[in-house]
Amino acid sequence: MDPFIRLISSAIPLSIENVDTDQIIPARFLKGTSRKGFGENLFRDWRYHKDGSINNDFVLNDTTYSGKILVAGDNFGCGSSREHAAWAIDDYGFNVVVSSFFADIFKGNALNNGVLPIQVTPEYLQELFNEIKKDANTQIEVDLQAQKITLIATESSASFEISSYKKTCLINGYDDIDFLISNTSEIEEFEKAQV
Amino acid sequence: MKKTLFDKVWDAHVVKKTEDGPQILYIDKHLIHEVTSPQAFEELEQRGIPVFRPDQIVATADHNTPTENQHLPIKDELSRNQLERLTENCKKNGITLYGLGHQYNGIVHVMAPELGITQPGMTMVCGDSHTSTHGAFGTIAFGIGTSQVAQVFASQCLLLQKPKSLRVNVNGQLRPGVLPKDVILYIIAKLGTNVGTGYFCEYAGNVFEDMSMEGRMTVCNMSIEMGARGGMIAPDDTTFEYIKGKEFAPSGAEFDKKVAYWKTLPTDKGALFDKEYHFDAADIEPMITYGTNPGMGIKISENIPSENNPSFEKSLAYMNFEKGQSLIDQKINFVFIGSCTNSRIEDFRIAANYIKGKKKATNVTAWFVPGSQLVAKQIAKEGLKEIFEEAGFKLRQPGCSACLAMNDDKIPEGEYCVSTSNRNFEGRQGQGARTILASPLIAAATAIEGKIIDITKQQLN
Repeated sequence: MDPFIRLISSAIPLSIENVDTDQIIPARFLKGTSRKGFGENLFRDWRYHKDGSINNDFVLNDTTYSGKILVAGDNFGCGSSREHAAWAIDDYGFNVVVSSFFADIFKGNALNNGVLPIQVTPEYLQELFNEIKKDANTQIEVDLQAQKITLIATESSASFEISSYKKTCLINGYDDIDFLISNTSEIEEFEKAQV
Repeated sequence: MKKTLFDKVWDAHVVKKTEDGPQILYIDKHLIHEVTSPQAFEELEQRGIPVFRPDQIVATADHNTPTENQHLPIKDELSRNQLERLTENCKKNGITLYGLGHQYNGIVHVMAPELGITQPGMTMVCGDSHTSTHGAFGTIAFGIGTSQVAQVFASQCLLLQKPKSLRVNVNGQLRPGVLPKDVILYIIAKLGTNVGTGYFCEYAGNVFEDMSMEGRMTVCNMSIEMGARGGMIAPDDTTFEYIKGKEFAPSGAEFDKKVAYWKTLPTDKGALFDKEYHFDAADIEPMITYGTNPGMGIKISENIPSENNPSFEKSLAYMNFEKGQSLIDQKINFVFIGSCTNSRIEDFRIAANYIKGKKKATNVTAWFVPGSQLVAKQIAKEGLKEIFEEAGFKLRQPGCSACLAMNDDKIPEGEYCVSTSNRNFEGRQGQGARTILASPLIAAATAIEGKIIDITKQQLN
């Protein structure tokens, strides 16, 4: 996992609520056996019409917007546990997803893949949508160390929560497997005590 | 201190607590399937880490399998490859696999309980969000991502923050025709799709106490549809009776010893929950959904509500429904009875009981998909197969099927499907397909009538 410390980027606004993981990556694209290549089917059925032609009304196809930050509506990532959703978002090129609420499993999956889910208030989320609409190129700064997200032009910022453990993991590019394996002797002790 | 069922099971599995951080939780059983495991095996292999406790892992093939001609080679190359990878990975790592055609094969959340693999007081995980199903036994069971699948492979543990607690109480007398599926659809319609996010839910009250294990599994299965990682019901005599004699259940003195422990698990009187809700069973009617998330449900006799927000309107536009519309008499061409929510023997008994002596509507294509080989066998044994066939229905072979439409069981674009599954998301059952979630009774009635009928107006036996 690549370390994540600080990011300045423009953002893509997806102002839809309850975006479920079947929209992020439909089940028919889950047949792969590696983590790579899911980005091309990210939001597949919103990006393309059924005949395969591009849906120009969908924000990812709107060349006005670009960036490594996805700003999305409430309850992002609900539904299936498929980590393919996090892989698709990462593979497409997003490092950060901002929403006013995240589903549990998606949030964990994102963190396990170095994609930072940032939960902000509904008011700040609206402010982000408004500023991006005003200026598609508006720059947003994400500072993980300070746990702060800032609209650079207006200097309006918000703080966000992240567990200190996960923060350390992201900053250093560690994952849970390293930590768990370092506790093998305690795990074996636990097993012995069960019998 | 008074403890909840969840606390008791959780606390018994904590290997290590870190200050203000995640806890190391021991996992008793790990269920795997073909779709969310290959990348985890690959990761371990790349890092040179062995599978720590292969004996505590059970594998099945279910998500991406055909429901017809399972004896033939799978046509789709990617699907075939995924199944071959599962077989290879299990063989290489000494993991028990109930693959396609095996007498124990089936949907992971149907086959594990019916084999006695699922037991009260356990911790269980699977790379599938409907792992919450197993909570029906008083088990901490939840869905995990593939990175976590790899973590459990490597250490038989997960690193987790302890979730908060939520209890939903339903007491009173259920009306005729109201099934466990209606109870959970009602709860989600009332509470919304994210009330449980960050929580583990316990279902309590006489309505759940009176349910069969099949019914309890249907309820716990859909906990994730209100955002909760898991749902639990206290183990009782119904639970013990169900487990007794199952293939992998303890037997003799060992079983009695386990039962004595299981009896200590129910929530202590006076234990506190972070959130608690109460509902009156008499208020619940047969339910259906009208939108694109499971919280968008109404009583079958009600009209679609009117909300003015873009997400609600987008959802109705996808479904081609109007605000204020009734769904009674809505023509339906597709019916699906199956999925880890409603594909157990009891669900097919309910469908057969309604269908007996009637004929399938000519406009309807119906897929009846048993959850496992054992369910299929039982359907035949009880003579339900003949009832379905005489009415014009054909049973398919076990698997997840049209619940997520990874295989060929896809609902065509624009068509409505009354489905006993758990998710009505856009495109869930096929690109452009429109899903209406309901109980097996409503699904059976729709398959006979070719349209949605007001079941509350029928004389039900």
